[in-house]
Amino acid sequence: MTINGRACIAGAYEHPTRKAPDKSVAQLHAESAAGALADAGLTKDDVDGYFCAGDAPGLGPLAMADYMNLRLRHLDSTDLGGASYIAHVAHAAQAIAMGKCSVALITLAGRPRSAGHSGTAARPVIADAPDSPWEAPFGPTTVNLYALCARRHMHEFGTTSEQLAWIKVAASHHAQANPHAMLRDVVTVDDVLASPMVADPLHRLDCCVVSDGGGALVVVRPEIARSLKRPRVRVMGAGEAYKGQLGGEVDLTWSAARQSGPAAFAEAGVTPADIKYASIYDSFTITVLMQLEDLGFCEKGQGGRFVADGNLISGTGKLPFNTDGGGLCNNHPANRGGITKVIEAVRQLRGEAQPAVQVRNCDLAVATGIGGLLGSRHGAATLVLGRE
Amino acid sequence: MTKNPSTRNPSTENPSTGSSPARITLRDGDWPDPPASPESAAFVEAAREGRFLLRRCTACGKAHWYPRSSCPFCLGETAWEEASGEGTIYSYTMLAREDPPRTIAYVTLAEGPTMLTSLVDCEAESLAIGQPVRLVFAQSRNGTPVPCFRPVEAAEPSQAGPVP
Repeated sequence: MTINGRACIAGAYEHPTRKAPDKSVAQLHAESAAGALADAGLTKDDVDGYFCAGDAPGLGPLAMADYMNLRLRHLDSTDLGGASYIAHVAHAAQAIAMGKCSVALITLAGRPRSAGHSGTAARPVIADAPDSPWEAPFGPTTVNLYALCARRHMHEFGTTSEQLAWIKVAASHHAQANPHAMLRDVVTVDDVLASPMVADPLHRLDCCVVSDGGGALVVVRPEIARSLKRPRVRVMGAGEAYKGQLGGEVDLTWSAARQSGPAAFAEAGVTPADIKYASIYDSFTITVLMQLEDLGFCEKGQGGRFVADGNLISGTGKLPFNTDGGGLCNNHPANRGGITKVIEAVRQLRGEAQPAVQVRNCDLAVATGIGGLLGSRHGAATLVLGRE
Repeated sequence: MTKNPSTRNPSTENPSTGSSPARITLRDGDWPDPPASPESAAFVEAAREGRFLLRRCTACGKAHWYPRSSCPFCLGETAWEEASGEGTIYSYTMLAREDPPRTIAYVTLAEGPTMLTSLVDCEAESLAIGQPVRLVFAQSRNGTPVPCFRPVEAAEPSQAGPVP
């Protein structure tokens, strides 16, 4: 059994705010939900499945489902960190294929910018997490655990800071076309290298923005999608995986996308060479480089060469990526970037991306993400989407 | 706060300014407390005596990290054993803004497993992947031993067993 062709993304909405000190997280979830349903041409009463993750306030999906007063027959709050929403699309397609729901709503929202949460702060110690007694004293943050991966990648493969910087440069080229992007100035490799070091070898411009905001998606049965007026985006394949410390057999040179990517391509019956546009979760530049390798866009260790010289820039490069400016320049709501990855892939497949960055004849896209902490424990989810 | 003199090197106690090159000190007392757990109690007890333990599976024979009662390779039962405290740097970094400076690192132990830790008693600029390091216990704010590592000097002979 496959989900290929069993569900469509009918609605997608990215909340325009990047700073919302006077809004609640629940409010941002609900505003995002309303935006995605309006985009699809559906209403709240059409929703019978609801998906959210750890950014949703309250216990699992219950508080937000109640806040929006949804009438549901399917709920799912799988949490893979920032990759959750990519997995939610797959789970929604599975539920739809099994007849468990017909219109699935996925929401994300958060306000880390207003709350002053950044990736350099020590992560709160979760007292009953089994790893905490062994790791909490060392001050693991978000950025230093990604920096450990970047350092090791450089050591094993000769990857350079200049090559990583090209990922930010490409994102900035795209962000200049996005009126909602937090950072719209084009930057150069030298700008990235001259930005302050945050956690060696990652500079400030190797890191994503911290933004308030939200996003939502509506996944529906294909028959429902055909009854709507929007271009149809078909869910073709999906994969998810996780990677931890492997009992101490630590290897920071690959991510769980090494499993989620090939699974998604296989289910869709396509290869990386077929992909016209890629949304690649860019919490940090190294996150993109690792996923490009692990999804098979290039050989392991060749990611630095692959991204250099503008190869990710729409219109000039071979693989246009994150044409909204991504987390590096546009938006990283709730410190979780998965949903914006799917939203921009939907825009590209509909032909509704910003004209300056719209990929021509974009009929096949991938959206992939790494959630959690690349250097200790992370989840990965990959989605292959096609235009009908 | 009680300090264990055996884990302190007075020559490295100069307060850091956070400027480069950064001298990383042992920093007793500055480490966040590890949450107590039934699975770490014996480790902490041994560490207070200067012994560094890890766990090995009694079924499949493999050592692992972080220590747990169920083997992460076969879910068999595991037992504590004393480790050499010798290892090499797998990867490391430091937050530029942290003052005094501190590293976070993965160290591969001579017994095989790689563990998250911190490198102390060193110059940040002189650290390198592959560098030999040796265990040294720092103490967290409440006096719990924290397993850190310091570079082994070139002239320093390698030695089995824990280093005070």
